[in-house]
Amino acid sequence: MATKNKNNAIQETPVVTAEKLEEKEYSILNLGPTHPATHGVFQNVLKMDGEIIVDSEPTIGYIHRAFEKLAERRPYNQITPITDRLNYCSSPINNMGWHMTVEKLIDAKLPKRVEYMRIIIMELSRITDHLVCNSVIGVDAGALTGFIYVFEEREKIYEIYEEICGARLTTNIGRIGGFERDFPQSAWDKLYKFIEDFPKVLKEFEKLLVRNRIFMDRTIGAGSISAERALNYGFTGPNLRAAGVDYDVRVMNPYSSYEDFEFTIPVGTNGDTYDRFMVREEEIWQSFSIIKQAVEKIEKLPKGVFHADVPDFYLPPKEEVYNNMEALIYHFKIVMGETEIPKGEVYHAVEGGNGELGFYLVSDGGRTPYRLHFRRPCFICYQAYPEMIRGNLLSDAIVTMSSMNVIAGELDA
Amino acid sequence: MEEQELLTSVETKLRENFGDAIISAEMMRDFPVFTIKRDKIVEVIKYLYDEPEMEFRFLTDLCGIHFPDNKGKELGVVYHLHNMPKNWRVRFRIFFATEDAVVPTLTTVFSAANWMERETYDFFGIVFKGHPNMKRILNVDDMVGFPLRKEFPLEDQNREDKNDSMFGR
Amino acid sequence: MASEVLEKSNIDLVSSPPGIEGPGFFATSLDKVIGIARANSIWPLPFATSCCGIEFMATMAAHYDMGRFGAERLSFSPRQADLLMVMGTIAKKMGPILKQVYTQMAEPRWVLSMGACASSGGIFDTYSVLQGIDRIIPVDVYVPGCPPRPEQVLDGIVKIQELIKNESIRRRSRPEYKEMLAKYGIE
Repeated sequence: MATKNKNNAIQETPVVTAEKLEEKEYSILNLGPTHPATHGVFQNVLKMDGEIIVDSEPTIGYIHRAFEKLAERRPYNQITPITDRLNYCSSPINNMGWHMTVEKLIDAKLPKRVEYMRIIIMELSRITDHLVCNSVIGVDAGALTGFIYVFEEREKIYEIYEEICGARLTTNIGRIGGFERDFPQSAWDKLYKFIEDFPKVLKEFEKLLVRNRIFMDRTIGAGSISAERALNYGFTGPNLRAAGVDYDVRVMNPYSSYEDFEFTIPVGTNGDTYDRFMVREEEIWQSFSIIKQAVEKIEKLPKGVFHADVPDFYLPPKEEVYNNMEALIYHFKIVMGETEIPKGEVYHAVEGGNGELGFYLVSDGGRTPYRLHFRRPCFICYQAYPEMIRGNLLSDAIVTMSSMNVIAGELDA
Repeated sequence: MEEQELLTSVETKLRENFGDAIISAEMMRDFPVFTIKRDKIVEVIKYLYDEPEMEFRFLTDLCGIHFPDNKGKELGVVYHLHNMPKNWRVRFRIFFATEDAVVPTLTTVFSAANWMERETYDFFGIVFKGHPNMKRILNVDDMVGFPLRKEFPLEDQNREDKNDSMFGR
Repeated sequence: MASEVLEKSNIDLVSSPPGIEGPGFFATSLDKVIGIARANSIWPLPFATSCCGIEFMATMAAHYDMGRFGAERLSFSPRQADLLMVMGTIAKKMGPILKQVYTQMAEPRWVLSMGACASSGGIFDTYSVLQGIDRIIPVDVYVPGCPPRPEQVLDGIVKIQELIKNESIRRRSRPEYKEMLAKYGIE
């Protein structure tokens, strides 16, 4: 058929025949390991038909640090710094998960106050993880302001961590059996101030993006996955909840007294980027409410309890070590690795920032684990990425990648 | 359902249908653990996927393990399955010799097994027959050796800047 | 007056280099002027691989603000960048890519290695981790820490600025520099 082109001249529209379709050449685009939009080092070789993605092949392993082999060399309390570096945006959750795995192996029971303190730390870190992910979805769609606002709140949470354990990002927080010291009063004060100030900032961030016409047009329909495919791919966490399945490890296999708390699980419908963004946004509010409940519950419990009675794994206080023979012997045995560690296999899962973070620990009684395997949610979710972006535009692929919250440390371990 | 009941009910169903493929069934802490013969593992898992009373439709984890002391059964693969609606979790283990490290692939049942099997191949050298893309995933492609086997050293043996005597190795 | 305000506050404006001043002119050596210009307008290339990348994001954000040192505009294209900031563990698989990014950068270029993993392998003394990026590229400033605090990173940037200010403009064409690059296998 004839149409008019820009200069108002009549031209024939070229007819696409079946032969022409077969000889179509696809262009290959390398979304390489170093790219401003891939937050982490993973490579995707995209086969594109113009702007539409036909196929993609991911390559990972650019930051493989051999955690599982390293864990076979280190005693149980030296593995906590390694677990920090798995999902480094929310490292306290990884630490707590590891401690709970060992406590499951040695059958330790923790006092309620310790479990509530653990819940406060874990929910704070879940908030930091979701804040990074959501603001980075905004950055990839072009909205840089939200990122700057939200990082100020992360600084406040970092200050709370610093009061408790001394570090900002890779926290190595807690010990097997509880915490190394009670939360100081300055940490509680900063936490109360955070509880007061946070809702305002989050509402401001939401006003920027949630009902923003441009953001919605960018993200609705981008990178969607159905619930059946998501379950077959082993998705867990916000990625699965956005597809419509309400699976949360905190509710299904409660650990650390989560059953005492009331919170809802937000669930999406389409499994696309907008749903993932909204699920994470709502989870931040739910985590915030859990923190408030935990603070109230702790105020009713007797003060000063910050660890369980596991003398074989928890270092005794130094005054006792210098004065008391028994404490000296326990200290020696723990530091030199002479404690009797039960044999057996344990699998424990916690709800990490991205889903079910599992620890499969095989112990043969030695001072280091025989085999430690991390069930990393990012690694399992990222397999579905080629299927999620097939047929989408390149810019949708970028937003999908940041909405899946793929953290390179957890991907490669 | 309590874990002990779960163990007995799954064990009865499996023994009815697969008989001698079940080598052992025991409780380890709070997990029913089954040790199966290697060539029946995909059928067992597919049966548990389809059977209306079992419905283990979620593959939580797949990893390898190496016991150099069990002669003839050194390498193994461990599967964790999960029935989400009823919250049942089970573990399956298979063992085989290093010289014959071939296992049928689970990708026909679960797409999640794709990269998990590649990782197990990368770390232990276990080849999954029928896998669409059996190559290394985390290490460099031209690496020789399988790192997580017990005889492979942790440190890079060619590094010059670290003095092993100072590091207590 | 502006100068009184500056004296009382702790704002540190760039002071002019030693030179001869006169009505309408200022004579100094070209090295110094170019040094000041380069040092106060660094365009960094953030090569962020892991946890140190998140601390870098915190350094760029409003609380610690790297932009006040002139390094506001991040350049992800190696051709347009001055400073390669390697943040995070570099695995052996990533080594060739890092080297390629370094060779693609145009002279003058500086390298800042942030974190223990980039400086020497960090806690990962394993078969798959490169024990320090100075195995493959020449490094100017090392910032230790795991991860280093943002203040330490800014300290590293200030040290880079000192290096840049005092560098001779003929340094990159001298034979010693070319020899040093040849040791790493870079032409």
